[in-house]
Amino acid sequence: MSLPVPSVTGADPVGAGPPTGPEEAGVSLGRATWRRLRRTPTAWVGAAIIVLFVLVAVAAPVLTPYAPASTRWAGEVSTTSVPGPSAEHWLGLDRYGADMATQLLYGARTSLLYGVVSTLIGLLAGAALGALAGGAGAVGGRIGSWVDATITRLVDVMLAVPSLLLAVSIAAVLGKSGTAIVVAIGAAQVPVFARLLRSSMLAQAGADYVLAANALGLRRSRIVMSHLLPNSVGPTIVQATLNLATAIIEVAALSYLGLGTPEVASAEWGRMLVAAQERFEQAPRLALLPGVAIAVTALGFTLLGEALREALDPRSRR
Amino acid sequence: MLRFVARRLLLMVPVLFGLSVLLFVWVRALPGDPARALLGERASDAGVARVNEVYGFDRPVLEQYGVYVGALLRGDLGTSIQTGRPVTSSFLEYFPATLELALAALLFAVVLGVPLGYLAARHRGGFIDSAVVSGSLLGVVTPVFFLAILLKLVFASWLGWLPSGLRQEPRLDATHVTNFYVLDGILTGEWDAAWDAVVHLVLPGIALGTIPLAIIVRITRASVAEVLDEDHVRTARAKGLAAGTISRRHVLRNALLPVMTTIGLQAGLLLSGAVLTETVFSFNGIGSYLFGAITDRDYPVLQGFILFIALVYCLINLLVDVLHGVVDPRVRVS
Repeated sequence: MSLPVPSVTGADPVGAGPPTGPEEAGVSLGRATWRRLRRTPTAWVGAAIIVLFVLVAVAAPVLTPYAPASTRWAGEVSTTSVPGPSAEHWLGLDRYGADMATQLLYGARTSLLYGVVSTLIGLLAGAALGALAGGAGAVGGRIGSWVDATITRLVDVMLAVPSLLLAVSIAAVLGKSGTAIVVAIGAAQVPVFARLLRSSMLAQAGADYVLAANALGLRRSRIVMSHLLPNSVGPTIVQATLNLATAIIEVAALSYLGLGTPEVASAEWGRMLVAAQERFEQAPRLALLPGVAIAVTALGFTLLGEALREALDPRSRR
Repeated sequence: MLRFVARRLLLMVPVLFGLSVLLFVWVRALPGDPARALLGERASDAGVARVNEVYGFDRPVLEQYGVYVGALLRGDLGTSIQTGRPVTSSFLEYFPATLELALAALLFAVVLGVPLGYLAARHRGGFIDSAVVSGSLLGVVTPVFFLAILLKLVFASWLGWLPSGLRQEPRLDATHVTNFYVLDGILTGEWDAAWDAVVHLVLPGIALGTIPLAIIVRITRASVAEVLDEDHVRTARAKGLAAGTISRRHVLRNALLPVMTTIGLQAGLLLSGAVLTETVFSFNGIGSYLFGAITDRDYPVLQGFILFIALVYCLINLLVDVLHGVVDPRVRVS
């Protein structure tokens, strides 16, 4: 199911978003949001971090001459020391004898891929469920209410387990692999997106422009698809941005718990933290570098997500 | 009030029932037959037959579900494949540790978070405010396990101020009545044991409490800032009330309602964070137990764990709602 971007054009006579300032009268929801977002410094900081992260992830093979997860220099690592930074290895080696910088760069790739794919799974499945429930609930009638109630119950059941633990349990059953982590984290996000989209659609259902569309005699499915849905996806998109931060942390958490690929030297930030723990008294950088990488990346998505939330709904500013 | 609680308890029934159906379907939806999924790929035919017999996988599905739910209602969450012990008794043994850790973390978060958030709101836009806001942002994005590793490195390995793991010095050989080690020490009068358990809680408590702390700070700050701007506070000021009275009776009392809800919402975060924190600090709670179950793919334990956590989670949420109803009468009506 594809979601239309929130664009209620100025020409749309019934277009209505959240209440806006006088200077924004007649401006579309999307454009007003963009205007406010542009003026928020934290949004730029967040965006800069994200751009850097994506660039590093994409250009990893160009930025380092070595292959990821290659333990070529294992002979140089002894039980008492892990070689530190040198001309050949800018950030030194890790405990398996792989180049630390290479592992970090390719780790960004893994985080980006896993984080984005799992959030997309959660977003698409959750939005589909939420739109179905919200649409059915807004249309009403016996079947509509039944569909809405059934989906809402299902979502409630899934929300009864904290999301990280849900992801842990799903991944544990699926077996130790990257795919298992991605599917598990994605699945654990489904209820959040479903509930969010449903409630914002139902909140819009009473808006004047929906009444107007009804009065104009538009078909109900048309009202749901081209009026309710586009006006309700805003909070869902904000949530998706924030969830990217959580997903990246959760990917690391799950591989930290030993749920990722069984390969020990794989270029994954969470896995690097596990490996670092045994040697961190000798070489704290082994833990510091991947840990900071996770935190900074999560910070980028959090800053952008929160700026986006405030821009979309200025009343939520705190 | 009683009717409110009863209604909320009744609402939990369909959720837990739904979860039991989902979990039931889930094992049976695993590729291949469930016995093989449980035993792994190298299972012998005899082993598969044995599991089928024990778990009744070869009987009709409805009958299987009946047996499963019947056992659940008796409080039987199944038997661990690895240890052969009932899952329920393991949970009851390990849960006090996790609860103790979660409470320590919550204490840290609330005791530090509410005053910090209040200070930040009072000095909005000032230095304290920016420091608190950036600090809380940093707290939210730092992974629990990374923070735990850092704390362990600095305060246990380098400085040697605090223990690096476990719940208590084993050589103390303390008596355990309730498995809440701090409480046990107090109950038995073994003060050194109680103190030792507290000391062991410091680092894991801080690691686990940091994200809730960050969230509580932000909510308190926002909530206090909002109340400070309200008319009744201006009136109180105009009446010439003492500043302390205004903050206590007019600002804090109103501002703490959303904060309380937020504190309640941390339950899920604390439970999931505990799994990671316990792993780092070899803290013998539910998290460590689950970690073992993940490594061994001990399916009944995982399944029982989800139901158990869901039950705990629902009960905590109920408790929060009830408390909310006690503090704010408007909640009870709706």
